[in-house]
Amino acid sequence: MENLKALIQRQSGNIIYRFASIKKLLNFDKILKISLFISAALVLGIVLGFVVTLCVASFDFLKSVGFSSLLKDTWNPLTDEFGASPFIFTTILVSSLSLLLSIPFSLSIAISLSDKKGNKLLQSFLNTSLDLMAAVPSVIYGFWALFTLSPLVRLLQTKLGFAPMGVGLFTAVIVLTIMIIPFSAGISREVIKLVPQELEEAGYSLGATRYEVIRSIILPQAKSGIIAGFILSMGRSLGETMAVTMVIGNFNAFPKNIFSPANTISSLIANQFNEASGLHQSALIFLGLILLVITLLVNLAGAFILKGSRR
Amino acid sequence: MESIILTIKYLNVYYDNHQILFNVNLDVPEKKITTIMGPSGCGKSTLLRTINRMHEITNMARTEGEILLKGKDIYTMHPEELRSRIGMVFQSPNPFPHMSIYENVIAGYTLKGIRLSKVDKDEIVERSLRSVGLWEEVKNKLFKRGTFLSGGQQQRLCIARALAMRPDIILLDEPTSSLDPAATQKIEELLMKLKDEVTILLVTHNIAQASRVSDYIAFLFLGELVEFGPSTKIFTTPENPKTEEFISGKFG
Amino acid sequence: MSIKTRKKKDKIFTLLVMFLSILTILPLFLILLYLIKAGFSALNLDLITKVSRPIGERGGALNSIIGTLIISLLATLIATPISVFTGLFIFEYRKKVVSKILNITVRLISGIPSIIIGIVVYLWMVKPLGKYSALSGSVALAIMMIPNTVTSTVETLEMIPIGLREASLALGASFAKNITKVILPLSIPGILTGVLIGLGRIAGETAPLLFTAFGNPFLNLNIMKPMDTLPLLIYNYALSPFEEWHKIAWGASLILIFIVLILNVLAKWIVSKWNR
Repeated sequence: MENLKALIQRQSGNIIYRFASIKKLLNFDKILKISLFISAALVLGIVLGFVVTLCVASFDFLKSVGFSSLLKDTWNPLTDEFGASPFIFTTILVSSLSLLLSIPFSLSIAISLSDKKGNKLLQSFLNTSLDLMAAVPSVIYGFWALFTLSPLVRLLQTKLGFAPMGVGLFTAVIVLTIMIIPFSAGISREVIKLVPQELEEAGYSLGATRYEVIRSIILPQAKSGIIAGFILSMGRSLGETMAVTMVIGNFNAFPKNIFSPANTISSLIANQFNEASGLHQSALIFLGLILLVITLLVNLAGAFILKGSRR
Repeated sequence: MESIILTIKYLNVYYDNHQILFNVNLDVPEKKITTIMGPSGCGKSTLLRTINRMHEITNMARTEGEILLKGKDIYTMHPEELRSRIGMVFQSPNPFPHMSIYENVIAGYTLKGIRLSKVDKDEIVERSLRSVGLWEEVKNKLFKRGTFLSGGQQQRLCIARALAMRPDIILLDEPTSSLDPAATQKIEELLMKLKDEVTILLVTHNIAQASRVSDYIAFLFLGELVEFGPSTKIFTTPENPKTEEFISGKFG
Repeated sequence: MSIKTRKKKDKIFTLLVMFLSILTILPLFLILLYLIKAGFSALNLDLITKVSRPIGERGGALNSIIGTLIISLLATLIATPISVFTGLFIFEYRKKVVSKILNITVRLISGIPSIIIGIVVYLWMVKPLGKYSALSGSVALAIMMIPNTVTSTVETLEMIPIGLREASLALGASFAKNITKVILPLSIPGILTGVLIGLGRIAGETAPLLFTAFGNPFLNLNIMKPMDTLPLLIYNYALSPFEEWHKIAWGASLILIFIVLILNVLAKWIVSKWNR
């Protein structure tokens, strides 16, 4: 009897011990590993989830109206007319123009920042300012542009004989240019830094000036990285919403001139989505899907070129 | 006695309040190989870089004293002009990766926006590549990138690039330190042949190399020029005990 | 070309580059100056103690300030564990294809237009539940925050000396012990920096909240109901025709930019402190 009790005690102690060690293993290593897998799966699923969600939600629209709407130019939800071409056109126009306009500024500031003989104080000032520009919220850029930039544009329009509206394509392009400079300048700065010092020195040792070294050695070396930076900035400006929405003038047709009010895909969505329902909402979601696909492709291309340039 | 092409007088170099060279005096004979040798950290490269003012590009080094090129103070010249007359070859080969072999040779001209006729370009490329013994090896792939060549060939291309400017002097900063023995031997043979055309100033910490190629030796130790004289004399009867210690391999 | 012309070109180029560089950052100072000028006069006790009121009743921005805090902090709480775990995953399996795909995915997420995030979260949470909510806003902002935090986590982990990592494994530490006792404690400052920068970015975001948190003129602490934030207030008031509301919006902008700058400075401070 005594023996049996002891045996049971020993056995159960063993079992408890074994159980505890299994539990410990399960608790720590397994749970952490599972958490890592779940998180990674969630992140992997986001992009796919986005595309699928938007596809499903724009199905109504595609079924009843279809892709042909991309070619039409009349947008009137009341009569179920959803011509999307003006918005796609304006989106690409606004971001290309601001990208072109930003190039000299981005390159200049990247060159200033990579000058090894430059004033260190000035360089850190430029650097910090650039970081802060990237941190200013979009809505504040829009608000500022609405109250200080658009009165100036109005003056310009009066001088040139246009209707003095202040808001429109031109104002949107200016704000967007200011907003994407920190981004493209940041990438240019990094790729210029990657150009080997020895090549620069080889240029100087042949008697070249700094301008000649930058033009014929540094820029050609950093070319693909800089282009990738511009493509990535383009991706960013395509989807920029708030500042553009606030100053582009909310007009649902092709812009007639550079000062015309217009709408990009994102400003159209920001302006109309909350009041939209049914087919109208589905149409807006379809436009969102188009925007998403364009930006994903642009970003993929940019990342691909950037990766190649770092080899 | 040979004529002197470059004279360095009482040269002091400071970097961040830290003195690197102390009262260096040196006369470099024309169309000879003069080697600056010494243990690492003795200021060899700094001395070389002050001669074509390359030190001005990266750091804020400050210099005192005079350097005369054919009697003319180099600090009164434009650095760009000076560097066209005093070329430089670096430790590791650095041909421009975005240019072909042909373009690399004439890079000194194209960088400066100097337009040459096709005939002139061809002539310069062939002459420069022949001088470095590369012509036969690359004449069929002149328009391929220079970076496809072997290390030794790349370094000879860089020498050709410097020679193309028809400089008075070329400075070589440990040009064989990244090369294998065979390539090193080729470069050394090349230097001994080139001295008929151009004055060569070589920096090396390799004593054997210095003894093989030099006409004159300057021994630099802790920023001071300890001894200068014909190579044969330095290697047989050095005056300074430090020189003797160094060439007998006691340090560095 | 003579050396004189070449030198002249060099000089002109240098001046031009300098001029364009200064011109580039000029808007930042115009914005800051204008914000201080217009916002300072709007800064008063009402702004931070009263909630939104109709025109003529001298309201404030208290509801938006509190809303910004709640929604951004909730987003951080959602995004940080997911991002850190994903970062650990990418790091642990860095030689595997799946990590390369994850890296690309993270890059792609950071490129998704913010308004699209708003639409998708609307379709995921607002439409099925039939109501706008602060929680849906936080989810939208959390998605925006993930790329930044994942990247900074991976970068931090890569900086930990291999010796340290292997030392603890060599001592027989388990996978989890190695992570919780060695790797994570070493990388907290780096991860925190990423979180703060991400927080600074989402605190100023408007577009993802338009169709999710929606905005609310009343003070609301319930995350299942619509909630206001500073950016939403600025957007709505800026486009209103009332000068009184514009003034509140300038005050709100000043507060918002102050929050964003503080977060950025804090992040930089941690980086500099950590590097030492």
